[in-house]
Amino acid sequence: MRRILALIPLLAAVALVAALAWPIIEGRNPQELPSVLLDKPVPAFDLPALTPGEPGLASSDLKGKPVLVNVFASWCAPCRAEIPRLMALAGEGVTVYGLAYKDDPEATRRFLDGLGNPYERIGVDRDGRTAIEFGVYGVPETYVIDGNGVIRHRHVGEVTDRVADATLVPLLGELAK
Amino acid sequence: MIVELGHLALAAALVVAVFQAVVPLYGAARRDATLMALAQPAALVQFAALIIAFGALTHAFVTSDFSVSNVASNSHSLKPLLYKVSGVWGNHEGSMLLWVLILSLFGAAVAAFGGNLPESLRARTIAVQGLIGVGFLAFILFTSNPFERVVPPPIDGRGLNPLLQDIGLALHPPMLYLGYVGLSTTFSFAVAALLEGRVDPAWARWVRPWTLAAWVALTAGITLGSGWAYYELGWGGWWFWDPVENASFMPWLAATALLHSAIVVEKRDALKSWTILLALIAFALSLLGTFLVRSGVLTSVHAFAVDPERGMFILALLAVAIGGSFALFAWRAPTMEGGGVFRPISREGGLVLNNLLTATGAATVLIGTLYPLALETVTGEKVSVGPPFYDATFVPLMVPLIIVVGIGPLLAWKRGDLAGALHNLWAAAIIAISLGMALAWLQGAPVGAALGMALAAWLGVAVITEWVDRVRLFRVPFSTSVARATGLPRAAYGMSFAHLGLAVFIVGAVGETYFSHEVVRYAAAGDRIEIAGHTVQFNGVSERAGPNYNAQVGTFVLETGERLESERRFYPAEGQQTTEAAIRVRPAGDLYTVLGEPAEGDQWTIRIYYKTLVVWIWVGGFLMAFGGLVSLADRRLRVGAPTPRRPMAVAAAGGDD
Repeated sequence: MRRILALIPLLAAVALVAALAWPIIEGRNPQELPSVLLDKPVPAFDLPALTPGEPGLASSDLKGKPVLVNVFASWCAPCRAEIPRLMALAGEGVTVYGLAYKDDPEATRRFLDGLGNPYERIGVDRDGRTAIEFGVYGVPETYVIDGNGVIRHRHVGEVTDRVADATLVPLLGELAK
Repeated sequence: MIVELGHLALAAALVVAVFQAVVPLYGAARRDATLMALAQPAALVQFAALIIAFGALTHAFVTSDFSVSNVASNSHSLKPLLYKVSGVWGNHEGSMLLWVLILSLFGAAVAAFGGNLPESLRARTIAVQGLIGVGFLAFILFTSNPFERVVPPPIDGRGLNPLLQDIGLALHPPMLYLGYVGLSTTFSFAVAALLEGRVDPAWARWVRPWTLAAWVALTAGITLGSGWAYYELGWGGWWFWDPVENASFMPWLAATALLHSAIVVEKRDALKSWTILLALIAFALSLLGTFLVRSGVLTSVHAFAVDPERGMFILALLAVAIGGSFALFAWRAPTMEGGGVFRPISREGGLVLNNLLTATGAATVLIGTLYPLALETVTGEKVSVGPPFYDATFVPLMVPLIIVVGIGPLLAWKRGDLAGALHNLWAAAIIAISLGMALAWLQGAPVGAALGMALAAWLGVAVITEWVDRVRLFRVPFSTSVARATGLPRAAYGMSFAHLGLAVFIVGAVGETYFSHEVVRYAAAGDRIEIAGHTVQFNGVSERAGPNYNAQVGTFVLETGERLESERRFYPAEGQQTTEAAIRVRPAGDLYTVLGEPAEGDQWTIRIYYKTLVVWIWVGGFLMAFGGLVSLADRRLRVGAPTPRRPMAVAAAGGDD
C-alpha cells in the first residue's frame, strides 16, 4: 500500500508533463487574437462620405490594388499620434482609406483639419456597425487588404514606425507584385 | 572583449557544474572523502564564474553595447542608468542568467556554511544543486545565449517595455528569484536525503534555515510584485490570479506547508516522507512557473517572447527534475517512515491540519491555472479562469486555516488541551464576533466583509494572547514577564510576527475588496469630484518631457491642498503608452488618481479610486517576511552556530544506505 501511495506523485508528474507538452507540440500561440475575417473578403458595406460631394467608402472600393484601411476616431489619442505616420505612408504612395469610427463628422473634420488628412477616401461609420463586422476591438486598428478585397493582416493599436517598416510596408509591397 | 569573457565564463560554469554534479555523487557512493570534499570548491568556482558572466552582461547594458543582440533588443542609450541595469533581467536571456547566478549562489552558500553537515549529505546536496545548474546552463548556452553579437550593430537599441522601466522591476524579479531558486536548495537536500535513505530530526533542522530563507525572499518578492502591479498598471488591482502570479503563489503555499511540516519532523520525528515530498513539490512548482513564463503556453502579462524550442527544453528539464526525484521518492520513501504516533489535538495535529489546508489550496490554484490549458487541448475552446473560481474554492479553504492558525500555537506538543487553548482565546473570540456583527448590522457590510474582518481580528488577538500567555503577563511580576519576553527564542517572535502579518494582510485584502470606491467620468479643468468623503479638484493637463518619454500630466488637488500628478507617458523608442497613477497613501485608504484619454473639447476621462485599507496588504506581506527573518536569526537555526553534538554524531555514524 505504501509503495503504491508513493507512486502517486510520479504518476501525477507524468500526467502534468504530458499535458504541458501537448500545446507546444501543436504549436499553439495563445497571444494571437485571430481576426475572424483574416484571409476572408471584407464584409459588404457602403458608408457615406465625411464631406458631402466627396467619395465615401464602400467594400467595392477595396478591389483593384492593395490598400490600408485605418479605423480611427477623433477622440482617440493613439489615432492622433499615428496620423503623421500615415501621412508619410500616403506620401510614399500607399493608398490609405479611413473608417471614422463612432465619431461626430464635425469632430472628425476638425481633427483632420488640424493634423492633416492622410486618407484618400473616408467612410463615416457613425454607429460603428461596419467596424463591428470587421471585428474591431478598439481604435485604432489598421487592416491590410489585397487587390481582391481580402483582409490579409490586422494591426491592433497605433501604427508606429516599427510596425510600418517591419510589417505593413513589406506586406503591401509583396501584395502589389 | 568583456562580452566574450562573459561568454567564456558561462561556458566554464557549465563545465564546472558537470564536475560538481558527477564527482561528489560518485565520491558519496564510494564513500571517498577526497572526492566528496571536491564539491565545495566546485560550487564556489561555479558561483565565481557566473558572477563574471553576469558582470559582463551588466557591463554591456550599462555601456549600451548594441553589438550585443540582447542589449540592442532590450535597452536604449537614453534609458536612465537604473533601468539599464535592471534591463539585464528584464528579458528572457538575462533573467535566465540571473536565475542560474542565484542557483549557484545557493550552491556556494551550502558549500560555505554547511560545515556542520555530515560529509556525504553535504556532497550530495551540492551535487544535486550542480545537476540543476547543468540543465539550466545548457539551456542558456544552447537556446538563450545573452552574449550573442549582431553584425552590423544598430545605432540605438529598441528599448525596454515601458511598464518594466520602474523601480518595481529593479527589485521584484531578483527577490522573487531568490525565493524560487532558493527552493532548489531544499529540493537538493531532499534528493540527497532520499539518496542517503534517511531523514531524521537533524536533517529537518539543517533544511529549515534554507526553506526559511527562500520563503522570506518569495514572500517579499510576491509582495513587491503585487505592489508594483497596484501602482503601475493604472487601475489599482493588487492580485489578478494571473497564471504567472499563481506560478509564484503555488511554490509559496508549498514552502509555507514545508516550513511547518519540517517543524514536526524536527520535534516529533514524524511526517518525514510528506516533508520530503513537499520539498520536492515546492521546487517542482517553481520550475513549473519558470516554464509557464517562458514557453508561451499561457497568456499572461508576464510572458516573455514565445519560443516553442525553449518551451520544450524547459519542459524536458522539468520532466527530468520532477520525474527523477519523484521516482526516487517512490523507491525510497516507503522505507523511511516511523516516528511517533500522534493525536489530532496537539501542536503537531494543528500543523498537519495546516499542511492539509495549504496543500489543498495549492492544488486548487494549480487546477485553476492549468484547466484552461487542458480544456483547450481537449476541446479547442478558449476559456480563462478568474477570480470567481478562486473566490469559490481557494478563499473558503483559508477560513478554517486562519481559525487554526489562531489556536495551533497555544496547543502543546504530543497532547494538547483544546479546551484550555480555547479558554485562553475567549477574548479573541468575543472581539472577532462582535466586530463581525457590528460590521454586518451597524454598517450593513456584506457577509464576506464581516467574516473576513472577524477572522483578521481573531487571528490578531490570538497572536497577542499567545505571546501574553508565554510571558505570563499580569500573572507573574512584571519584571519576570520582561525577563521571559527577552528570553523567548527568536523563532517564537518570528512566528508571532508572521502570523500577525497574515492578520494585517487579511484586513487589507478584505478592506480593499469590499469597501473601495471608484469614480470614472469626464472632467475639465476646475471640476470637483466627490469620493469617499474627499473632494478632489481636477486642475487640467500640462505637457512635460521625461528622459526617454513625453508625458501629459493631469493635476488633482485635494481639499487639504495636497497635489497629485497623474501622467500619461508616451515612449517613442518603444512606441508604447503607459499611465502613471498618482497615489496618496494613508493607513485608512489610498486616493488613487488616473488620467485617461482626452475627450470632447478640453475634457479628459479621469478615474479616481479610493482604496480602503489597501496598504495593509503590503504591510502584512512584509511583516510576514520580517517574521521569517527574525526566525532565521534564531540561534538554534543560525548557520554555523554550534549545534548539539549528539544528533550530528548519530547522523554521521548512521550514514550508510
